Amino acid sequence: MNPLLTIEDIHVTYPPRRRGGGVSRAVDGVDLEVRAGEIVALVGESGCGKTTLARAVLGLQSTSAGTVRFDGSPIPTDAGGRKAFRRQAQLVFQDPSGSLNPRQSIYEIVAEGLRIHGINDGEPARVAEALSRCGLRPPERYFLRYPHELSGGQRQRVVIAGAMVLEPRLLVADEPVSSLDASVRGEILDLLLGLARHHQMGILVITHDLGLAWNIADRIAVMYLGRIVEVGRTEDLLADPRHPYTRALLSVVPEHRSLDEQILVGEAPDPTEIPTGCRFHPRCPVMHSNQAEHLGIFDRCRLVDPGLKSVANGSEGHQAACHAVEIRS
Amino acid sequence: MSADAAIAGSAGHLLDVRDLRVTYRSNNGPVPAVRGVDMHIAAGETLGIAGESGCGKSTMAMALLKLVAPETTVTGQILLDGADVLTMKPGELRAVRWTKASVIFQGAQHVLNPVRKIGHQIDEAIVLHNTGGQHDQATRVGDLLALVGLPRRRAQDYPHELSGGQKQRVMIAMALACDPLLIIADEPTTALDVMVQAQILRLLTEIKHERGLSMLFITHDLSVLSSIADRLAVMYAGKIVEEGPAKGLLRGSHHPYTKALSAAFPTIGDPASRFAPSGLKGDPPDPSSLPTGCSFHPRCPVVTDACAAIDIQLKAPTADATWRAACVHVGGAA
Repeated sequence: MNPLLTIEDIHVTYPPRRRGGGVSRAVDGVDLEVRAGEIVALVGESGCGKTTLARAVLGLQSTSAGTVRFDGSPIPTDAGGRKAFRRQAQLVFQDPSGSLNPRQSIYEIVAEGLRIHGINDGEPARVAEALSRCGLRPPERYFLRYPHELSGGQRQRVVIAGAMVLEPRLLVADEPVSSLDASVRGEILDLLLGLARHHQMGILVITHDLGLAWNIADRIAVMYLGRIVEVGRTEDLLADPRHPYTRALLSVVPEHRSLDEQILVGEAPDPTEIPTGCRFHPRCPVMHSNQAEHLGIFDRCRLVDPGLKSVANGSEGHQAACHAVEIRS
Repeated sequence: MSADAAIAGSAGHLLDVRDLRVTYRSNNGPVPAVRGVDMHIAAGETLGIAGESGCGKSTMAMALLKLVAPETTVTGQILLDGADVLTMKPGELRAVRWTKASVIFQGAQHVLNPVRKIGHQIDEAIVLHNTGGQHDQATRVGDLLALVGLPRRRAQDYPHELSGGQKQRVMIAMALACDPLLIIADEPTTALDVMVQAQILRLLTEIKHERGLSMLFITHDLSVLSSIADRLAVMYAGKIVEEGPAKGLLRGSHHPYTKALSAAFPTIGDPASRFAPSGLKGDPPDPSSLPTGCSFHPRCPVVTDACAAIDIQLKAPTADATWRAACVHVGGAA
């Protein structure tokens, strides 16, 4: 069976912001798949290109190279085809308060997608179905209410219902709970989990939060400076992280004590100046601790760009892009 | 610490807050944001305050230095190093701010003045409080920058030339400018990336130990407090609903709200939370229309008939008198 979504060697570049500046390689060669009924978490720091990748997946951002396939075929480029594709693939934004029109009733908000796509038959029934799927029951009670009358969790449910009403098969959720209070997170994550399990929806969830990934994701892809540096099943990747960047990210999760805390120096680097060789090498603990020298890969790390390769003694689909991981196998 | 020691020791606390109430004025009448908070911080101790938006944690923290809008009423007692902040004259208050206790505000990007150099902004506090002579001010600013891990030459930079993490470091340098005894850190790592958050937390921990500082650390992220706080207090609807030793409270809390809050931050690797996100129904209450009785009861998974009627006071669930929770299900220790 074809994966629902296949991303093949996608590149997205932004032109220089000022004269003489470098081209920003926001997404720099990414491969990723999302199957029907699967939740994949795309994890990384701000500026790593994860939101750009999400936008490229939905055709909201033009790519400079690579292919995005939906159901096995490249996403259409003509206006009509694009519109049909967007019905199948919906985006959920971060902040529910910002993405709901305060002057529209909940019914109007949810029905908007149907009207854009010219779906006239059974509008009230479709809206009711979407609301109740998202846990707003009985749906009729919400029809005439306005966003300010709802709780934060309910508002995010409305945003998701607005996407669900078109019965998409792919949902891209960009930090779906980061603007919500902690006690409210759970209900939204539970909803996403239910949509994948019971409605066979494929979900790509973009987050900086490994705890969220542990809560709901089947697989995790860790992104660093435009590239996936490690990917695998959630259990494998979090229990046995191989890439030094993944290990560092996991080590700074409060209350996670299985790894020695490894705080990287500096901040997320600049996509206009991607380092040579392994893009992570200037911040890499393996380089800084002389391990790289010991393993005899110091120059390779500095000069040769490592590709994603299956890790030794790892579970199926567990891949990392690191010379040290390769040499240790 | 036994109950006796807790009482006897209260005189030695750097900060001792009794029955603090903060009420905002609004067009729809008074809004009680903080509704009777008692707490204390010993010298060198870090108290973490956790709670969600609107629970009154930031209001409470700002009220400690009377940093509130003029029409806001603040009552109770705030003993900072023995003197009551609430009865101080404006001049005394100015003297106490920054020299006794300083604040690391949330959102460094909005707090720093965009058209003034970093060095000048740090300098300002030193000049205003006249700590240290004129001649060594530049050295002092340089020292402070070095202390927070920034090169001395950064004093010549404007805020936009710094990254988010560096700006937060500048905020910390400013808070340390007059050698305070207490630092009030209001969500100092919110909006920072995880790695930068870890850098800032480590920096704060180091400085706190080096200088024997006390700290009040406010956050919505309970998990952050596990690494930095000695004791923890959880606020809900303007009150502390549970307080106790940080490690113990995160592992085995007694109040259903604390339980829900800590479950919302899953432990990675814990099979119980795998494919099982946990949360509560509804939102934190609006301070202008609080539920009757226990203000948590409409969202409480273990609510009883009595909860809507009685507002339970804090009591000790165990023999440890430093641990207190306000819930009908918490029996007083024998």
